[in-house]
Amino acid sequence: MKNPEGAHAIAVGLDQAIDVLVEGHVGYFAAGMNEQATVTITGNAGQGVAENMMSGRVHVKGSASQSAGATAHGGLLIIDGDATARCGISMKGADIVVGGSVGHMSAFMAQAGRLVICGDAGDGLGDSIYEARLYVKGQVSSLGADCIEKEMRPEHLTELAELLALAGRPEQPGEFRRYGSARQLYNFHIDNVDAY
Amino acid sequence: MCGIAGLHLRNPDLFPHLGALLQGMLIQAAGRGNDSAGVGLYADPAGLPEGIATVSALYDARPAPEAAKAVELIGRSLGPVAAERAGQTTVFTATASPLALEAAVREALPEAVVISAGHSLTVLKGTGEPAELAQAWNLAARSGWQGVAHTRMATESAVTPGGSHPFSVGPDQCLIHNGSFSNHETLRKELAALGVGFDSLNDTEVGARYIAHRLAAGADMREALTDLTKHFDGFYTLLVSSASSFAIVRDAIACKPAIVAETPDLVAVASEYRYLTGMPGIDNALIFEPNPEVVYVWERSEVQQPSSTLPALV
Repeated sequence: MKNPEGAHAIAVGLDQAIDVLVEGHVGYFAAGMNEQATVTITGNAGQGVAENMMSGRVHVKGSASQSAGATAHGGLLIIDGDATARCGISMKGADIVVGGSVGHMSAFMAQAGRLVICGDAGDGLGDSIYEARLYVKGQVSSLGADCIEKEMRPEHLTELAELLALAGRPEQPGEFRRYGSARQLYNFHIDNVDAY
Repeated sequence: MCGIAGLHLRNPDLFPHLGALLQGMLIQAAGRGNDSAGVGLYADPAGLPEGIATVSALYDARPAPEAAKAVELIGRSLGPVAAERAGQTTVFTATASPLALEAAVREALPEAVVISAGHSLTVLKGTGEPAELAQAWNLAARSGWQGVAHTRMATESAVTPGGSHPFSVGPDQCLIHNGSFSNHETLRKELAALGVGFDSLNDTEVGARYIAHRLAAGADMREALTDLTKHFDGFYTLLVSSASSFAIVRDAIACKPAIVAETPDLVAVASEYRYLTGMPGIDNALIFEPNPEVVYVWERSEVQQPSSTLPALV
């Protein structure tokens, strides 16, 4: 597809192992609900690119707007440029590799999967996160509730190297830090009773 | 849901095309709201007669020549008054102070609601399909150096011409809004206690009154919008313009969309990228989404001299 001029809902709901090349900028929800297909977008993507992806691969060569990869269950989302707010919100098993920076509240309530950020992360990274693993090379403006920095063990370096290779990134795993859940919000704490 | 579009032109070669460019954006923006729409157009001061005032008004049923005569009779010191009917809006011009012309319009046409008063600004608004409104306004033929456009899907107040955006409540000022303020009734009371009057029950008008109040008190645009982020709760992307500046701000959550394209020739703001595809030079523009609670301001002082580098418009 050539010159979609920011149209919404391009290449949504694909369920076959086909290759789709979109030359230009797309609007909202491009490649949403993708299953098996490989979608490449040479320009920028609007809100919710690859939202609820199940499998396959979506590659945005420009930048992406908010909620990229929201609720995605599987597959690989690659954004060469920046992603804005809420990248990977409530992700449920997908892998997301962002070449640039992400905006505020990224990986909010992220349940499973890996989010790799080669640039910086905005405020509230990983707020109320469950078991997704976050890797950040640059600065984190602030961590959200229950998100902490964690030790980078050999298995993490291995999986990060694999993700960077899949996304064709030049960065080295040793340049990243890992963040994840402190698991303090999983159960009700009697000390917090006054808050209710 | 609403659609926002705005153009701040830096290259005077583009001034004759303002209306046509804005109309293209407005029609795309109709996808985010089509119950009413409005535009605010800033004429190039260099091309304006000296001392001209422009006042836009709604809700006066009489034909433009009759309305102009009525205003002339009341405001004898104004000199000749011209009136143009553009859809549901009547636009009055006279060589006078905007305050004097506004007062004469209010007195001569008691049913009318003044929706803008200034030197270079014309506000046109109404209910209906944005594309049809643009036709009624003859938008594509209008020129200017800066303009804002809004399409509305009302959530907080009634669908009326007066409830549509932009809200222009200070001299040559416009505010358009995508979102909703949640504490506007509280702030309306606080402003009313300071003597500020209101024309509608619309939440956005409270924001516009607040900014006008702060600007009148001596704040600059950046200060006024920074203060707004501290006092207003809710969801908002706001595009605010004046005779000298063009500004955008989003709330802390920033879920209401906004995208900016900047080139040496123009700054364009839109709710969605697709409104920007007709902008000259868009392929090489700097494109970004404004960060939450960061006030972005562009000043007219940066407008360039005419250049010949611009790609030809189709």
